[in-house]
Amino acid sequence: MHRTGELYEQYRTLEQQRETASLGMWIFLSTEVLFFAGLFMTYTLNRSTYPDIFSEASKTIKLSWGAINTVVLIGSSLTMAMAVWASQTGKKKALTWFLIATLVLGTVFLGIKSVEYHDKYVEHHIPGWNFQFEPGADAATNAHAQLFFSLYFGMTGLHALHMIIGAGLLLWLIRESLRGRFTPEYNTPVENIGLYWHFVDIVWIFLFPLLYLIDRH
Amino acid sequence: MSEQHSEQHHIASPTLYLTIFAALMICTFLTVVAAKIDLNQYFSGLNIIVALTIAVFKASLVVLFFMHAKYSPKRTQLVIIASVFWLAIMLFMTMSDYVSRSWT
Repeated sequence: MHRTGELYEQYRTLEQQRETASLGMWIFLSTEVLFFAGLFMTYTLNRSTYPDIFSEASKTIKLSWGAINTVVLIGSSLTMAMAVWASQTGKKKALTWFLIATLVLGTVFLGIKSVEYHDKYVEHHIPGWNFQFEPGADAATNAHAQLFFSLYFGMTGLHALHMIIGAGLLLWLIRESLRGRFTPEYNTPVENIGLYWHFVDIVWIFLFPLLYLIDRH
Repeated sequence: MSEQHSEQHHIASPTLYLTIFAALMICTFLTVVAAKIDLNQYFSGLNIIVALTIAVFKASLVVLFFMHAKYSPKRTQLVIIASVFWLAIMLFMTMSDYVSRSWT
């Protein structure tokens, strides 16, 4: 079944049909906000309980990678916004290129993330049997540092999973865009996947200061 | 039909998107600079307050302009406000319980 923007009988206008699709996406994103909120809540509680260890542990992740990734991800949000604009104004070639640029930037983000994860692996900072915060750290320090890194991997991991799903959605959009399916009358998938992509960007906007910028002075 | 629809549907310009992108880049720079200064010496917890204020500002720019919330119908805006409201309930209620446990 291929939808190309015809008006369905339950709607009065195309505009109403479009707004309904957008509303549905926003309701999904509301559930996503609360999905991530559980992790943010856990993080807040543990950080206020063990402020010193959290600050020490945060200093071991590289600020430069986090800052570069913030720029990359916000850049991908810009290209995604431009893709939506291109689809609204009927610029089919530009749409494909903006979608490809978004996918490339998303992949760069994930590549940098994997370099960071590898650093943590080398440093024995992955929670588990081989975890050691620093040589000679006592049991309590190790336990509380492990809490920070569990949250670090949990939160950035869930975020990265959303990015991977987003990359899959972008691949599909690129294919459909190459087929010339999106027009100023019909571009709901571009708009809604755009909303999802921006949401994932927003999650990172909060993860970056909370995980990387605790105590850098 | 399509004429009527293009009248109603707001299309934001690339210039606006580039301006928002530039603002987001400046905020990212500011938040990194602010984190490197010890603001806690003036007021305990000021560093995190500054970091989160900048993050909320950045997120608002993304929601309002990249996600077109500013040009969305009121119904959609209500959903956005509601999700922030539920988030606030969760954070506020949990924290007020947690903080007041020691007040025996």
